[in-house]
Formats: sequence, structure tokens, C-alpha cells
Amino acid sequence: MPRVKVPRKSTNVDMTAMCDVAFLLLSFFILATKQKPPEVVQINTPSSVSTKVAKTDAVLVTLTKDGKVYLSIGDNAHKNDVIDGINRIKSLNLTPDELAKLKKQDFIGEPFSKLKNSLDLATPIPAAEMDGIPTDSTNNELVDWIASVSDAYRGEDISNLNLLVKGDNDAFYSSFKNIKDAFAKNEIYKFKVVTNAEGIPAGSELALNPEANK
Amino acid sequence: MAELDTSSGGSHKKGPGVKKSPKKSTKVDLTPMVDLGFLLITFFVFTTTMSQPTAMQLNEPKPDPHNELEVKQSATMTLLLGKQDKIYYYNGILTDPNSQFKSSDFKEIRQIIVDKKKSTPSADLMFIIKADKKATYKDAIDILDEMTICAIPPGHYAEVDLNDQEAKLIQQTEEANGIK
Repeated sequence: MPRVKVPRKSTNVDMTAMCDVAFLLLSFFILATKQKPPEVVQINTPSSVSTKVAKTDAVLVTLTKDGKVYLSIGDNAHKNDVIDGINRIKSLNLTPDELAKLKKQDFIGEPFSKLKNSLDLATPIPAAEMDGIPTDSTNNELVDWIASVSDAYRGEDISNLNLLVKGDNDAFYSSFKNIKDAFAKNEIYKFKVVTNAEGIPAGSELALNPEANK
Repeated sequence: MAELDTSSGGSHKKGPGVKKSPKKSTKVDLTPMVDLGFLLITFFVFTTTMSQPTAMQLNEPKPDPHNELEVKQSATMTLLLGKQDKIYYYNGILTDPNSQFKSSDFKEIRQIIVDKKKSTPSADLMFIIKADKKATYKDAIDILDEMTICAIPPGHYAEVDLNDQEAKLIQQTEEANGIK
């Protein structure tokens, strides 16, 4: 029987279109990805069922595993006011150069006594090696910082001040208590804590009546 | 698409002495490039954290010495946070630690809270949360989250400081159970 001759077709596929798609997607993902705000050290936050998204332009108090406290002001409009304010309140006598350096830092994590010296260093100390802001009951410097923060926001709608606490799972409650005390001394009783989103457990009261979470 | 028209169409002849160079295809194999593209996409998709951090609102009670909140003994449950994610609790006022002071953990506490909520008139219900110094920050947030999960309305729970008797009891219980 004569065999039917099937004409051989090339198996080469034009990859150009696929390549275009791949790189289009790639550029989309790169551009759409929000850069994480800088972190002092790795913080593992607890989870909660809260669904509100933490804002980034907040005044963030970070509490690390070993109880160190850092302050960062994500709201650039007020950052300068806060730093100028603390210089005035605590008469730190920082030079304009040092102030500019401090304003550029993402984190404030040195006690007042070491602040000036640390700013004079040629290479800045990595955040993880800073001493942290003292929050002991005898020497709670966070009180002064928060005072300066609330000064900077004075005369504005109180909802502009986004006060966030980001604590590590393994931090002790006593450290958190010191932070709360610093807020309370400045008559701030409302703040937010940063948590990981967590699903509402099935069968719980909240699952049956989700309105209660509002 | 990726090909250029290299054929000159033969409209003009090359002069004498000009060698005819063999025409090469300008087709480039794009397969490795596609591979690379998708590899990068996968990398970015996996490394991107989709979960945005959320924020939990905390409203601390404003200290007001002239206006202390009065709560009913029978409707009150005190939850004490200890080391190693342990929770101790008692109802009402602590008069007889041996029978009242009970220990629990985060797995059981939800049922205990729900039971208390069901057995108490909702207007009087009050949970007092006290954390030991060595309790973790996680536990302090988790127990507040537990209040939300159990739909305890705000104002019916509060975080308060530990008193000496309770601190001592926690310490004794922890020592007895070998919790460090």
C-alpha cells in the first residue's frame, strides 16, 4: 500500500509573543509590589482577627524581642517638627548638621545621652545595634518623644495621628506596659497595634455575628 | 515579529568582485528568554508578601480616680496571663484561692469565656485581664483578640495591673508545675 506522505512541518513556534507576555507580567509584578517599609529587626507580630489595614504614614513604636524600643515617624510632614521639638524640649543642643542627619534616619533608637555622639559618627550605627529608647519607669524617655509627637500634631484633627505599636511575640508584657505608660502620661489612650491578619475561627461568636467586629 | 527583512529583494545587483555572503537567518531562539521571564515572575510572585499587616485598635481606660467603674462580683471573671501561654482565671473576688483559682490555656479559654458570657446577664458582664510581668506581648494581644472573637462588647473587658496576691499565686502555681 502506498503510504500517504505527510508533509513535515517545523515544530518551531514563534516565542516572541510568549516572551512579550512574560516580561509584561514581570514588569507588572515588580511595579505593583509595594516596597516594605524598612524594619529595624525582624519582628514577628501576633495575629488578630482585625481587618483594618495598618497605615504606613504612622508614628510607629517598635518593640523588639529583647525589649528594645525604637521610634519611627512615617509621616514626613511631621517628622521634622517632632525632631526639632525634642531638640528644644530636652535642650539636646544638636547642630543643624546633626538634626539633618537625625531627620534622615529611619529609626530613632538611642537614649538622649548617646544621641549627639551617635550622630557625629561617620558611619551610622546599624539599627539593630542601637540601645533603644529607654522606657523604664525611672527613666522613660519615650514619654518625651511622645510629648514631642503630640505637640507636632497639636491643633490638628486627632485622627491624623496614627499611633502604632509593633511588638514582637516574645517581648515581655512589662515592656509593652512601659510603652502604654508613656502614652498614658501624654493622655493618649487610643492607639493601634500591628498584627497579622488571621481568619475568624469557625463556630465562634464572631463568625456567627460578624457585625460585632466593626 | 523578531525577523528583519534581510532580503534585499534583488533589485540591484552587486558589482563585480563583491563576494556574495551567505544569508543567515536573524531568527533568535527566544525560548530561554521566555524561561527566564517566567522564572523571574514566579520568584516575584512567591517573594511578595500578600498579607498586609493589619492594625488592632486598643482603647485603654482613661484613669479617673473620681469615677471608678463598679462591677458586679458575680458577673466578673478575672483572667491572669502567666508564663508559657498559661492563663489562670477566677470568678468574682478571690477569697479562697484553692477552689477558685484555676489554670487554663489558650485552647480552652474560648469555651470558658463563652460559658461565662452565656451564664451572665450581658449588661453586667465584665472580664478583667491582668498580665504578669513575664507574660509575653503575644498573650496580651491574643487575649484581647479572644474577646473580639467571643464578641464581648468593648467596655466589658479591661486590662488592669496585677495585685500582689495574684502575682504570688501565679508564681506559686508556676513553681508547683515546674514552669520557668
